[in-house]
Amino acid sequence: MQASIKVSRDPAVQYLLRLGDSCLIHAQRLAEWCGHAPILEEDIALSNMALDLVGQARAVLTRAGELEGAGHDEDQLAFLRDERDYLNLTLVELPRGDFAVTVLRNFAMATLLKLLWQRLQQSSDSELAAIAGKAVKEARYHQQHAGDWLLRLGDGTEESAKRASAALELLWPYVAEMFESDAVDEHAASTGLGPRWADLREEWMAEVLPVLTEAKLKAPADRAFRSTGKTGRHSEHMGYILAEMQHLQRAFPGGVW
Amino acid sequence: MYTQAMDTMGKDAPEPKKPLRSAEEMLAEQKFETRIDAGDFIEAKDWMPEHYRKTLVRQISQHAHSEVVGMLPEGNWISRAPTLKRKAILLAKVQDEAGHGLYLYAAAETLGTSRDQLVDALHSGRAKYSSIFNYPTLSWADMGVIGWLVDGAAIMNQVPLCRCSYAPYARAMVRVCREESFHQRQGFEALLTMMNHGTEAQREMVQDAVNRWWWPSLMMFGPPDADSPNSEQSMRWGIKRVSNDDLRQKFVDATVEQAKTLGVSMPDPDLKWNEAREHFDFGAIDWSEFWRVVNGDGPCNRERLGARVKAWDDGAWVREAALANAHKHELKEAA
Amino acid sequence: MNETLRHEWPLWEVFVRNKSGLDHKHCGSLHAADPKMAIQLARDVYTRRQEGTSIWVVRSDQIVASDPGEKAMYFDPMEDKVYRHPTFYELPKSLDHM
Repeated sequence: MQASIKVSRDPAVQYLLRLGDSCLIHAQRLAEWCGHAPILEEDIALSNMALDLVGQARAVLTRAGELEGAGHDEDQLAFLRDERDYLNLTLVELPRGDFAVTVLRNFAMATLLKLLWQRLQQSSDSELAAIAGKAVKEARYHQQHAGDWLLRLGDGTEESAKRASAALELLWPYVAEMFESDAVDEHAASTGLGPRWADLREEWMAEVLPVLTEAKLKAPADRAFRSTGKTGRHSEHMGYILAEMQHLQRAFPGGVW
Repeated sequence: MYTQAMDTMGKDAPEPKKPLRSAEEMLAEQKFETRIDAGDFIEAKDWMPEHYRKTLVRQISQHAHSEVVGMLPEGNWISRAPTLKRKAILLAKVQDEAGHGLYLYAAAETLGTSRDQLVDALHSGRAKYSSIFNYPTLSWADMGVIGWLVDGAAIMNQVPLCRCSYAPYARAMVRVCREESFHQRQGFEALLTMMNHGTEAQREMVQDAVNRWWWPSLMMFGPPDADSPNSEQSMRWGIKRVSNDDLRQKFVDATVEQAKTLGVSMPDPDLKWNEAREHFDFGAIDWSEFWRVVNGDGPCNRERLGARVKAWDDGAWVREAALANAHKHELKEAA
Repeated sequence: MNETLRHEWPLWEVFVRNKSGLDHKHCGSLHAADPKMAIQLARDVYTRRQEGTSIWVVRSDQIVASDPGEKAMYFDPMEDKVYRHPTFYELPKSLDHM
């Protein structure tokens, strides 16, 4: 069995892993729709999105490995960490759910990623800035696609409205984590690496809430619940995702693919 | 992409009836045959014999169904792809297959059928898809072998179709073939990497995959020419360009050489070069397995169709919601 | 449910211009519920990972086509439709199950 790698606690690296891992696990869930979407055209749209996110994950993880300086490449980072060293938002590890859950999650994440990528274009790390320049266009398109779908579902049939509402109830509690900031964010802000995620909250709300309203949906009241994926403390879903994702790398030590 | 001589399969194999026809119709059919013989392309609105139209709807739609069902055995491994690059490649490939299905449904729809009708035919079992997709993908090496053998066989079937007499189908096939080239290459490259640079365990995995997929790949070219009565009519009408046996032989000759490069063996003790024929001789195909799988009793038939039916049924509320929303907007605009 | 509500997503024809200076070319068709979706899907399906394209989508039943000059066998009138898609033609309610 291939053992895990240890990852640096350097805040710059951690900042990048939060971003890269969120893209990676989001893509992992999205790809589950391949061959199972409501219509063939959406199989293409969703797998397009997953492909974009895998690309973003690869670029960010590669950069994280370079900053870390321990010789870890994108695959070692993606496949060989212990669960507690993955720093994605808990939101993206939740099960695929029905199409309403997927659309809403896509919308929430695409909006966040767009805002992040926009800021990261001014990153003091020129490689990250270059990655952001490409990724922001993709995020913009994902946001538009998901937003349009949210409107169709929220203001479609009685059933779709019910499901959209249920999706919102399910996912909204996981939004708060997006805007938690800690020492990792402070370090990023002070070095110009990237913005505190908390600083994106206002803009995110300004973009998301009107769409929810237009979709005849109402965000639930805030609760005390906080998910903690960004700190490496995940939900019970994460273990299963990693077991599947990591399996071949673990089972074939020294394998070349 | 994954065509097969499906005009010979199932209860749909038509016996061309000769009902009483008007002089006008016989004249039209004569003109049509002349156009075909001259190498003309038939477009959607041109006059065509009903049998030609029906054969094309069946062939094109079954080709489309094959692409769509074909997403499942490969989609099975996206979440377990061993590297991010391989994950991206596999995602792109599966996405291409969905796209090919779409081009082909579009071509079929030009013949007077609708997507819903075609999907219904598939889900109810009246329409077939290439039997190769009723086999399970059991290891990562299957991904490479499918790219090498299955896509390889598909390409051989497809390239001649770019000159099919029915133009919308020919155009769709040109698009498909253009996008197809990377599929076979990436499969072969993945295998080559594992064989040349991988571990012993990886090499064993590759050989095991080849052992399972070789014979089913040969069956992709359909029954022997002697058992394919409708091939002749399809050939006369420019729908089919090369015979099953000829394509199969071409495939064997090409892949045996490629296998040498890979360092894998084919599970066929009778495979050997025949100097006189200048082709490879190969062993007898188990046609009873072919018919068993075609008729619904292969390893994964029920799962494959079940997955497609479930996706369609589960997605009904989504499709309805989109229509309802569009309708609301239309009403608003009309007001 | 509303009588006039279509059951199937309408069919759209897609035209793409790959490079400026060239014409839009017909690529094929797809099903979409509304114009916005049609454009997005056309981009996803017909211009995968290509930059700088222009896309036109037109509802297939909005296209007026010329008569190729041969007598139509089954549908009347046929001269104005681009091809014989079943949803282009309104059948009497009693035959709507065809």
